[in-house]
Amino acid sequence: MMLRVDLAKDDIELQNPARRELIKRGGLVVAFMWLGGASRVSGFAQGTRLDADHPQFAPNAFVRVGSDGSIQLVMPCIEMGQGAYTGQATLLAEELDVGLDQITVEHAPPNRALYSNPLLGDQATGGSTTIRFCWTSLRDAGAAARAMLVMAAAQRWKVDPAQCTVARGVVTHAATGRTLRYGELAEAAARVAPPAKPTLKDPKDFQLIGKPMRRVDTPGKVDGTLPFGIDIRVPGMKVATVRACPTFGGTLGAVDDSRARAIPGVLKVVKLDNAVAVVGEHFWAAKKGLEALDIRWNVGAGGNYSTEQLFKDLADASEHGTPIEAKNVGDVGKATGKVVSATYQLPLLAHATMEPINATVHVRPDGCDIWVGTQVPARCVDVAMRVTGLPAERIQVHNQYMGGGFGRRLFEDSVGQAVGIARQVEYPVKIIWTREEDIAQDRYRPAYLDRISATLDDQGKPVAWTDRTTGASVMATFAPPAMGKNGLDPDLVECAAELPYEIPNMRVEWVRHDMPNGVPIGWWRGVGPTHNVFVVESFIDELAHAAGKDPVEYRRAILGDNPRAKAVLELAVEKSGWGREAVPARHGRGIALAAPFGSYLCVVTDVEVSPQGEVMLRRAVAVVDCGTVVNPNTVEAQIQGGLVFGWSAAMYSGITLKNGAVEQRNFNDYRVMRLNQTPPIDVHLMPSKETPGGIGETGTVMAMPSLTNAIFAATGVRLRTLPIDRSMLVQDKEALKSAVAASSTLPTGRLA
Amino acid sequence: MKIGRMIATLVGVIVLAGIVFAIYAFATVTHGGNEQAGQPVGTGVPADLPAQVAHGEYLARAADCEACHTAPEGQPFAGGVAFKLPFGTIYSSNITADKDTGIGNWSDEDFVRALHAGVDKDGHPLYPAFPYTSYTALSRDDILAIKAYLFSLPVAHAPAKPNDLSFPFNQRWALSLWNALFLKKERFQPEQGKSPAWNRGAYLATALGHCGECHTPRNVAFAMKTGEALAGTELQGWMAYNITSDKDHGIGAWSDQELIDYFSKGHAAGRGTASGPMGEVVGYSLQHLTPSDLSALVTYLRDVKPQQSGTPVQATAGVTASAQAPGLGEQLFAGACAGCHTESGQGRQTDYATLTGLRSVRDPHATNLTQIIISGSALNVGGQRVFMPSFGHAYSDTEIAALSNYVMNRFGGQPAKLSAADIASRRQP
Amino acid sequence: MIVLSINGQDTQVDVPDDMPLLWVLRDVLGLNGTKFGCGIAQCGACTVHLDGQAVRSCVLPVSGAAGKKITTIEGLNATDLGKRVQQAWLGIEVAQCGYCQTGQIMSAAALLAEKPTPTDEDIDAAMSGNLCRCGTYVRIRAAIKQAATGQATLPQTIA
Ligand code: FES
Ligand code: FES
Repeated sequence: MMLRVDLAKDDIELQNPARRELIKRGGLVVAFMWLGGASRVSGFAQGTRLDADHPQFAPNAFVRVGSDGSIQLVMPCIEMGQGAYTGQATLLAEELDVGLDQITVEHAPPNRALYSNPLLGDQATGGSTTIRFCWTSLRDAGAAARAMLVMAAAQRWKVDPAQCTVARGVVTHAATGRTLRYGELAEAAARVAPPAKPTLKDPKDFQLIGKPMRRVDTPGKVDGTLPFGIDIRVPGMKVATVRACPTFGGTLGAVDDSRARAIPGVLKVVKLDNAVAVVGEHFWAAKKGLEALDIRWNVGAGGNYSTEQLFKDLADASEHGTPIEAKNVGDVGKATGKVVSATYQLPLLAHATMEPINATVHVRPDGCDIWVGTQVPARCVDVAMRVTGLPAERIQVHNQYMGGGFGRRLFEDSVGQAVGIARQVEYPVKIIWTREEDIAQDRYRPAYLDRISATLDDQGKPVAWTDRTTGASVMATFAPPAMGKNGLDPDLVECAAELPYEIPNMRVEWVRHDMPNGVPIGWWRGVGPTHNVFVVESFIDELAHAAGKDPVEYRRAILGDNPRAKAVLELAVEKSGWGREAVPARHGRGIALAAPFGSYLCVVTDVEVSPQGEVMLRRAVAVVDCGTVVNPNTVEAQIQGGLVFGWSAAMYSGITLKNGAVEQRNFNDYRVMRLNQTPPIDVHLMPSKETPGGIGETGTVMAMPSLTNAIFAATGVRLRTLPIDRSMLVQDKEALKSAVAASSTLPTGRLA
Repeated sequence: MKIGRMIATLVGVIVLAGIVFAIYAFATVTHGGNEQAGQPVGTGVPADLPAQVAHGEYLARAADCEACHTAPEGQPFAGGVAFKLPFGTIYSSNITADKDTGIGNWSDEDFVRALHAGVDKDGHPLYPAFPYTSYTALSRDDILAIKAYLFSLPVAHAPAKPNDLSFPFNQRWALSLWNALFLKKERFQPEQGKSPAWNRGAYLATALGHCGECHTPRNVAFAMKTGEALAGTELQGWMAYNITSDKDHGIGAWSDQELIDYFSKGHAAGRGTASGPMGEVVGYSLQHLTPSDLSALVTYLRDVKPQQSGTPVQATAGVTASAQAPGLGEQLFAGACAGCHTESGQGRQTDYATLTGLRSVRDPHATNLTQIIISGSALNVGGQRVFMPSFGHAYSDTEIAALSNYVMNRFGGQPAKLSAADIASRRQP
Repeated sequence: MIVLSINGQDTQVDVPDDMPLLWVLRDVLGLNGTKFGCGIAQCGACTVHLDGQAVRSCVLPVSGAAGKKITTIEGLNATDLGKRVQQAWLGIEVAQCGYCQTGQIMSAAALLAEKPTPTDEDIDAAMSGNLCRCGTYVRIRAAIKQAATGQATLPQTIA
């Protein structure tokens, strides 16, 4: 099984400096590494002929050229909105010398040997890794294919392949003026031996990389023809919807389905250990049927659990728990000076992807087909094997476009549930969660409580820094073997252990406090950095304030020798007009600077806070150095969208628990930002020749501290708890209090 | 001293009167009044009752038992609904025929006595959240029909939730005194000279439907002010409007059809949509009444003495376009509300979403408007579920005040001045 | 039987009266461009036109759509305006995951039909009922302006 890991081998692997580098690079990367193991890495780029009998050219797992001239590119990383297909296609097409308008893209089937992301070590998409880790391997694949096609042409013409050029899929021998199209060469190229080491283009010759290319998936998203997982229709298919025990850890007791079965269109009521589903002719029948069920849940041990309890427990663990050290340099105890301390608190968060969770499954005695949009297709095969008992080769996962992922679809829980339902019926069934179920049964970003303190020297610079974060480990549930040797979850301290600032004495540690009672947790856009950058960049702002310095000036002073961080900071200062324009009363400008996912970003957010405490975003400027930019169009979109996602969470979102169940139900109470709350967002990209950094999650990471720092600048109120409590921002709090007391309380009561 | 003796005598008399009254109260608390009264005109079920509907079922609906005795997502009639009162919380009881936790062991006499005298099987007084002050007028036959219906339903094992009342309200015996003062244990008597429809409507409104329990203001002792029947009052954070025949303050200006629409569909165009507790009344009770009963109810309400209390209902206010830049309320409306209600307040998906001119948006206190925004509302009519989600959790007091003001101003023509503090005080604890 | 006029074609469906139009479109007729996001009129993913007005089909009982002209994203390109909006969406590269975008486009087209040159406030008012979790709001604004003016207001990175 894929999940088994040879621990002894991993100990050896730890010695490997490249892996060490990875640990620095991100927790999620490490998680996959350990799962997949090094042996799978090579499978990615090796020339693998998919079906040698077919009269088409398939030099490796990613490129297929048909005799009819069609060019299909197979996408190892999935598309969930982040532009991954366009990015990957650009890398392939660049080296293949074709235009993006000449190709079609295709989802890769689950096949760890062929499609494992080489440095995630599993067939998975996440951790802002797609471009980072496809950067060489996909260009290799494109270049190899091009070399073989050119060789086929050269052989036909009996010329030196070096004399041939390619443009838009046409091979030309300039000296004789002869040309051949790729389609005409497909069959012959299939007989050419792949080059041992394909030569890659010199970056100065790039035709596509670095240009703002249009996305390959847009047309179908504009006319409604592009199918998402939820749009799948297979012959004979029925539709189901499901409710799992709202109290985590509870199970299904008795179900009275008499009223449900009387509803026209309801076909069947299906029970699972902790859930019940209704299958209908269409979703509406299924939903009405589900609502008509009389369900008794066995609530279990978690029936009293609440968010208050969670934060009490976190505070307790932070105080009395055993910390695991992530970093200890210098001697924090020795430093003397002014001490500044603060405690930060972050809530559970749901993903609320626009497309609710769904899967279409057909289980037959001899096999199982699953149509689903997933970030982990191979794990979906694993879970279907466990549920059906069928061998892997009898399980087909047909991956689909996703209406948002944000980490939610790195979990195959819902696929396991769907297979569990589908195996109880004879027909294919599409299981769609209502939005209420989607919110109530998410894998939540864990809550954290962080205590942080610094000692300032007489210029106000931090000479000592301690940061103790307390919270649950997603890694421990997602990939237990990936935990560090001392039990450290590298994700928990990402962007906390390594800061862009120079601080001589530092101790960073984590107290593990797992969520009790089966409250499910998961990766959420920005993973560790979203949490840590909020805390660190808020606290740096606090230090600047304590030192009586401007936040930008302060950061400049402590940056040390960090040219990329310095450059994004300076450009952000210039573009935002920081310090040059007067800021009106109750307006504020907040800055955040960090280096998540191998990129460098500086974001300046402007807000206005009304006297009543309402926060209005007015403008944002983001400066991004993500190394070599593959597609500036995508980078800009990802930063804009990532910022909105992060601001939304900081402003409004938070999952709370009561009686062991989630209180929020839908977008009315799990609130997210709307168009009329979104400010103009300017994105500036730094020209760079460095290897690409991650982008998909970075905007989200930067959003929260830049917002709360701006609110501090506007109001003098430091918000250390998210989502922000707007009642703390009311200008005249005493007046409000007495007004509440004076306001006539309505008589309540039905009693005579 | 003379005066001293007089005072002593006076005190003595008062104490004696108190004792006599208390003895009377305790002695009569389980007495239900005249239990021999027959089945007068106006009681029972209407002639146009469809044959397949059991009499008890129809009467139980007309008496709206289910709304108070069914917890959200709970089994029907199994009780457990919380009633939050200023002095604590009480829970409705299980009235299925379960022998351990319900009323399975109750005799006919026990059940009749409960409705007529307001005491349980053991003779302990019930809290008047249970509207026995109205049910006392029900005919014995009707009560037994209701019991037979309840006993025909699946039983639910649902132990009573303990009430949580502070002293002295947790002293049930004190209710005996209250009953002696305020409970007239009299059966419904048709009024001579009134039409059969009027009398039927009176029985529906005063006994079965117990409209007054919500719509009639109460005195300091929380008893209904009989002189101000149906004049409107606030309760549980909601406004139970003036529903007397007054044209400006009540429903006098509504057409018969509008009233019937409201009862049977929960919505009368340009008048109002039943929401909150009234939504439950329509869902569980009124929509099930036969056409003859609905028009009987209308006949009776038309004749209820007009009262001028509450907010006058002005002529339908025009939609006022806001002149200034979009404020917070307008912004919020565009985001969370316009999807159903439309920018113009006309509603597109459903008539139920029409806002313009509704009583709730013309009430300057906006009691029901703010409640609906804070808590949401649901209406189950004609097999459909019409609902509005709650926005109280994710929206601040400032936001809800701004939104309510915008809605009142734009769709009700009201100079709305709600503040964040008003909203804070209206949030349910 | 209910007769619906969808994208200019009459279609008979045999469904319960209270079934929301959304599910009739998706599960009965296979018109999957209209999306399900919340079911309570809070997200706009299910937006279609009813006699030219943008409506949330997830809370519109099918009986309420009978006798009216229904336009879905599949039929939007039948008008010049519809084409122009879709073209602007392509031009500005609005879509990320794309799931909300058909609903966004339907809302935008209804806005432009009513107000051919919308102000910023008009756009805010008409488009704030449509959620986008990918956060494409900045580009949605730009695309509507482009569709209205015919002038390209390209994202800064697309030259
Ligand atoms: S699905 Fe209709 S508005 Fe969200
Ligand atoms: S593009 Fe993904 S939700 Fe809007």
